Parts: sequence; C-alpha cells; structure tokens
Amino acid sequence: MESANPEEIKKAVRSYVVVFVTLLCLTFVTVAVSYLKLPRPQAITLALIIATVKASLVAAFFMHLISEKKVIYAVLSLTAAFFVLVLLLPSLTLYTNSGHLG
Amino acid sequence: MSDTVIPYMVKPHPITGLPNGKLGIWLFLASEVMLFGALFSSYVLLRAGAPHWPPIEPGEAAKLSSELLNVPLATFNTAVLITSSITMVMAWASLQLKSLPKFRIYMGATIALALVFLVVKYFEYAHKFEVGHFPSHDNFYGIYFTMTGLHGLHIVGGIVVNTYLLTAGSKLWNTDPEHFANRVENAGLYWHFVDLVWIFLFPALYLL
Amino acid sequence: MSTQTTTHGNGNGHGAAGAHGAHADHGHGAHELPFWRKYIFSVDHKVIGVQYAVSALVFLFFGFTLMMLMRWQLAYPGQPLPFFGRFFSDAVMPGGVMQPEFYNQLGAMHGTIMVFLGVVPLAVGGFGNYVMPLQIGAPDMAFPRLNMASYWVFLPGGLLMLSSFVMPGGAAQSGWTSYPPLSDIATVGQTVWLLAMVLLITSSLLGSINFIVTIIQMRAPGLTFWRLPVFVHAQFVTAFLLLLAFPPLEAASVLQLMDRLAHTSFFLPSGLVVSGELLSKSGYAGGGSPLLWQHLFWFLAHPEVYVLVLPAMGIIAEVIANNTRKPIWGYRLLVSSIIFLGFMSFVVWAHHMFMTGMGTAMSTFFQTTTMIISIPSVIILTCLLMSLYGAAIRFTTPMLFALAFLPMFAIGGLTGLPLGLTASDIYLHDTFYVIGHFHYVVAPGTIFALFAGIYYWYPKVTGRQMNSKLGKVHFWGSFVAINGVFMPMFFQGMAGLSRRLYDPTVYAHGRGVQPLNVLISWSAWILAVFQLPFIVNFFMSLRAGAKVAENPWRSTTLEWFAPSPPPHGNFPTQPVVYREPYEYSVPGQTDDFHPQSAGKA
Repeated sequence: MESANPEEIKKAVRSYVVVFVTLLCLTFVTVAVSYLKLPRPQAITLALIIATVKASLVAAFFMHLISEKKVIYAVLSLTAAFFVLVLLLPSLTLYTNSGHLG
Repeated sequence: MSDTVIPYMVKPHPITGLPNGKLGIWLFLASEVMLFGALFSSYVLLRAGAPHWPPIEPGEAAKLSSELLNVPLATFNTAVLITSSITMVMAWASLQLKSLPKFRIYMGATIALALVFLVVKYFEYAHKFEVGHFPSHDNFYGIYFTMTGLHGLHIVGGIVVNTYLLTAGSKLWNTDPEHFANRVENAGLYWHFVDLVWIFLFPALYLL
Repeated sequence: MSTQTTTHGNGNGHGAAGAHGAHADHGHGAHELPFWRKYIFSVDHKVIGVQYAVSALVFLFFGFTLMMLMRWQLAYPGQPLPFFGRFFSDAVMPGGVMQPEFYNQLGAMHGTIMVFLGVVPLAVGGFGNYVMPLQIGAPDMAFPRLNMASYWVFLPGGLLMLSSFVMPGGAAQSGWTSYPPLSDIATVGQTVWLLAMVLLITSSLLGSINFIVTIIQMRAPGLTFWRLPVFVHAQFVTAFLLLLAFPPLEAASVLQLMDRLAHTSFFLPSGLVVSGELLSKSGYAGGGSPLLWQHLFWFLAHPEVYVLVLPAMGIIAEVIANNTRKPIWGYRLLVSSIIFLGFMSFVVWAHHMFMTGMGTAMSTFFQTTTMIISIPSVIILTCLLMSLYGAAIRFTTPMLFALAFLPMFAIGGLTGLPLGLTASDIYLHDTFYVIGHFHYVVAPGTIFALFAGIYYWYPKVTGRQMNSKLGKVHFWGSFVAINGVFMPMFFQGMAGLSRRLYDPTVYAHGRGVQPLNVLISWSAWILAVFQLPFIVNFFMSLRAGAKVAENPWRSTTLEWFAPSPPPHGNFPTQPVVYREPYEYSVPGQTDDFHPQSAGKA
C-alpha cells in the first residue's frame, strides 16, 4: 500500500468506516449473546466465531491484508499453524495415565 | 558507519513487494501471537482443570465471570479501542492524502483514546483492590490481572511509539515523507494487533 | 542518525554513488565517529558480531568453570577443595566443602549460562551477525540500530543472570529447567533468573526479526534461495525457531514471576505441603498446575536445542566444502532436511516429559514424532559424510574440528534414540545417560563446530591467520579429553546414577560407578588445560599471526571477496552472484575453485 491516488484512499476510508460500524455492532452482539446464558460449549463457540469475524475484519481492512503480498500470508499461515499448536498444548495435560480425559 | 545505505528501507523489494520495516513488524506480530497464544493456552488449562470457574469463594454461592468483572466498563473499553483503531488507520490515510495536520488530529485521537482505555482499566483494577481481590486471590483473578496487565503494557508501548511519531518523529515527513508514512503504517499494524488481542481477551475473560 | 535512502533505479542504494559515499568516509574527519559510537554503541554488524562473540566466549569459560567446581564434588564428595576452596564464602563452601545448595546453584547456572549466554550468542549473535550479511553480499543487517539494541539488551541480561550468585540465598538452583513448585518457592536468585531470561528472550526476538528480514530482502543480485550457502539456510531456519518458540517461555516466565512476586498460584497445586506446612497458609490460593510450566518450557526448549545445533551444522558444511575442494554432497537434500528439522522440532517437546504420568496416546504421539525427527538429522549427517568421499582433504585446524564433529554428533544423536523411545526412557530418564547424550551433541558437537568457525573465519575478521601448531594441540587435547568426560556418563546412566545428585556415593549403585566420576573429573580438568593453547593462540595471533589477503582458504562464498577485515558497507562494489555456492574442482576450470561472484561462465 504505497502512495495510491486520492480516489483509492477515499474508497479505502469508506471501507474503514463501514468496518468500524460493523465492529461496534458485533461488540454489542457479543455482549447481548452473553446474556442468553447459553450452555458453555455453545457459548464459547459463538463467542469465538464472533471474535474471529471481528479479528478478520481488523486484519483484512485496517491491517491492509486484503491487498497485501504473498510473503505476509506465508508468515501468517506459519504463525497460525504454530498458534494452533501452542493452544493445543494444555489439552495434553488433561489426559491421565490410562489415556482417558481426567 | 552513518552512511551505510540499507536497500529497501523505504521502497519495496521487487520480489516480496515489501519494505524491510513492514516485513519486520509482521514477524514481530507473529512472535506476539505466540506470546498471547501461550497465555490463552494457559488460561484454558487453568480453567479446564478447576472444579469451578470462577473458583467459588468459601461460604458464598457460585458466581459467573460477568458478575465478578465489570462488563459495561469493559464493553465501553472495547468500543474505545476499536475507535482508536480506526483513528490510527485514518492517521495513515491522512499521510497518503498528504495532509500532516489531519495526521496529527487522528494520531492525537488515537493516543487520547488509548489513554482513556488505561484510565478505565485503572478504575477497574482499583475497585478490585479495594475489595481485596488481588491477583493472589485465586487463579481467576490471577489470570485476569496477568493477561490484561500484559495487554495494558502493550498499550503503553503503543502510546510511547505513537507519541514519538506525533511529535519528534514527524520531522521525517519533511525530508522523506514515504519513509514516515511507512513508519506510521507499521505502528498502525502493531496497534491493530493490540486491538485484536483485546477482541479475544474481552469475551474470554469477561463473558464466558 | 537515520540512514537516508537513496533510490537508484532498483531501490538498491549500493550503486556507485552509495559506495563512493561509504568509501569517502574514511578520508573525511567530519564523518569519523567518536570512539563510543564506533566500538561500543556501534551499528555495524561486524562490530556487534565481535561484541557478541567475545562476550559469549567469556560466559562460556565462566560456565565451564562452574562445571569444573561441580566435578570436584562429584569425584571427591565431601572433600574440601584444595587451594581454590579458600576463595568461597562459608555460606557456600565452609572449609572448602561444597554445600548441596551451592552444588544445585552451580548445576542450574552452568546449564543456563552455557545455553543462553554462551552457545547461542556465539553461534547466532556472533557468527550469524558477522558472517551472514557478508555471505549474502549485503552492506549490513536490515535494521542496524535494532541489531545494536539486541546486543545491549543481551549483555545486561547476561550480567543480571550472573549477579544472581551474590543474591541472598544464592543463584537460581532449581535446574536450568526451573520446574515449579520448587522454583516458585525458591530463593531470590530464581526471580533474578526470570528477569534475566525476559531480557535475553527480548534480545533474541529482536535479533531473529533482523536475521529473517535481512536474508529475505537483502541478498545480492543473482543470489537465489538455492544458491545460498548452507550456513545462511541454517541461520534462517534458526531465526524462525527463535522467533516462534521463545514467546511461550516468555509467557511462562511472566506467570512464574507473578507466582513468586504477586503470590498467584499458576503453577502451585492445591494442598501443596512445604516443610510440613500447607502452602495455602502463606496466602497461596492453589489450583495451579506444575505441568503447565513444563509444557510451556519445553515448547521452547526443544526447538532451542535445534537452535544449538543448526548453526553448527552450517559452519561444518562451509568448512567441509572448502577443505575437500568438492561441492557439498546432496546440497538440496541437506537444505530441505534442515527446513524439515525446523518444522518437526516444534512437535516433539513432550519427549522431555515422558515420566510425568501422561497417557499412552500422548506418549505414543511424541515418541513417533521424535523418531521421525531423527531422519532429517541422519540425512544431514550423511550428506556431510558423503561430501568427504573421494576428496583430497586439507587437514587444516578448522577441518580437524569439522571432521570430529561428524562422529561426535552421531554418538549424541544415536544415544538420543533410547531416550526418545518411551520404554527405555522409563529407565534412563533423569540419569547421567541423558547428560552424556545432550553433551555429546552440544560439546564435542556444537562447540567443536564453533571452534572450527573461529579458526576458519579468524583471517576474515582480523586479517591474520591463527597458528596451526597450537591449533592442532588444542584440537587433539580437547578431542581426547572431551570423550573422557562424556563417554563414561552413558555407563553411569545405565547403572542408574541420577543427575542433579550432590553426592553419588549415598547409593550403592552410585558407589559402583564412582571411579568413573574420578575419570570424568580429571578429563574435565585436562580439557580446561587444553583450552590454554587456544586462548594464547587467539590473542597472540592478533599481533603476531601471519598476515593474509582476502581469501586465504581459497573459498567460493561471498564473504571471502570483501577485504580482511571488511570496511563499513563491506563490499567496495556490490557483488553479483552467478552460480551455486560450492563450485570447487569444476572440470575445465584452471583453478580448483570458482567463486560465486566471479565473472560470467
């Protein structure tokens, strides 16, 4: 994203505002959903989905990923893979001697 | 030494399409993903291993996270941070439109909003301490204070960098505007990441 | 002092005007930097590389000294240390007899210092910083000031780490692995260890970003990925390991600091009893998991051991190609194996935790990945070994160390197998077998490779050769002594002797192998003596070594086409690369080597 012409920038700014409003709405949705007092697995799944959508919007538009080159995607996919790995880490400690969830 | 010229510091590399700084900041963010990822991972473990979450106070009924923490205040803070994200990207866009005054306004707003976030956090923390809920109280408060605290330190770092870019650092706009715009963009990438972490932190700690 | 960008067409500022600017520096007083900016807070990767290397060598010898003290206690348990005993306070060695707590401090700090202050800063901060930009034809690192910052965060971290020895209660003493609950409740030295680790990890992070961006963005024209020297590939993968694996340890250190300073219980389980008292009485809430620390720690520490070995393999490849006058056998296979090794290193960590009560599903998974990871290691070793086939070997000092690396690393690797297989690990875990295994890879493995690197690149850094007679004495003495130190440990381990044990003779099975402890200790002290020729050689050759021109080893890679030592900006004109890195003994060529940057065809 180097010096683009003013028209492109104005278009980008419009998309920023749309994303901003969407993010605010999704924030209130997140809080509203929490009042539904869903059972835990569903609550976690829904909250994570909404958070991921918000994060994707920030990454794609505010962080310009949608117009970025392949190298960044490569760094990101690598990171995503390792992030998943480190996240799975604690689940390993939940297994007991007999191989069952304890 | 002051005259060694580093290629692709401002202009992008022909193959990767990136200036050095942008690649550098994305790599830094990759390491930050692993840092906060490890903390989220620890949170999952501590929570999964606890008989109740939040742990039940002796002699009291079970409570939810949203009852122990201030959800309205945190929702407000989430909105504050999201707003600071758009002001940050607008600051960069102002530079693309060649307007330093507009840049200053948006960057100033970003810093101001960040300070608001910290002030709200201060009140949140102070209230907890007043009622004797320190990090040592139990692992719920432990992980809450640790994760929001580390996140808060990252906000402070962002404020420092952004303040530099607003003040002394903006002199670079006069001699090398593209270089300055790149720096603002890179600072913006960091700032959006800090916002991203909060987007996950807020539901994970306060709502679930 | 911002580096101005001059955009000459392709954005590469190293055209004639840029180079002229760099060269013109030396004539003009106006551009001369003051002493403190030239040698102390320098942003030149070569100065920073030397700073890292010298600091790391000092830390290495310090860590070595700690071990020599431990070896006295192991060989002669409970005996007062002759002559040197008087220099230690009564708190740690009353009457020259080592206290168990001091033994534990020496053990924990020896490991920490060697890994984090010695080997990695030398292999990556020293060699990586100095050689890599030269090998890719770059004028410096992508971020010279970040480079300087990373050294000046490393050094305070290292000094802080050492200062823990003078804290009340002494240095960290819960192993280099700092397992809770012990580390959570240990003396102040442990807090200092954690704070120092935060600084060291930060330094490492800044450095790894620099390395990756430099290798991706700043290669000379014509230097494609498959034309990079193995050394650069190794540094590239190592940088990714450091970037992604260190943060979980940083997170864990933050959590342990919170446990120690804010009395949280991230790693303290409920109902923990310390010295007959429930810990909850001291204000700890409990509910934590010691295993969480282990997972977070080993998530870093396993990739860390590949950080220890990959740069070494890179150095060995360079030295072998150069001294066999042949290309590396299976270059692409070797490089691919290094990359695969990097990936696999992230999924084997729990093989350090087989004895923690994990279920068979988990242990089977990690056993399998551990077996798989031995494959790329074997491929790498095979390629290096096959590179010797049919060669007219020049037995220079670096080559001697490189040749020794091969069987030594092989022994280290092979002895890892019974540790990676869960059934045999049940018996061997936490015994001296483990110590023998990892020291073989790191000591006659990596450290020998680092010596090879020092002898090899010394002429480039200083413009002089090291003395080869002293070099050979250093090599042969070290080679024999080091095997005397570590080979007997396998037998001790198989006899069941535990590691981290202050007095081996309290157990009958320990008493059975006690004579080996005497052999090991004397070998260690003899090993120390044989480092003297190296130290003497290193300093003496600075003044009295034979002066050499650019390329005394007649090598093909780019660093040998900068002056010795290279000036700021490294190359008078931007090198262009036309061929693979190891074009030695090419049929039809007059010379037995064809440099990467020599004119077309």
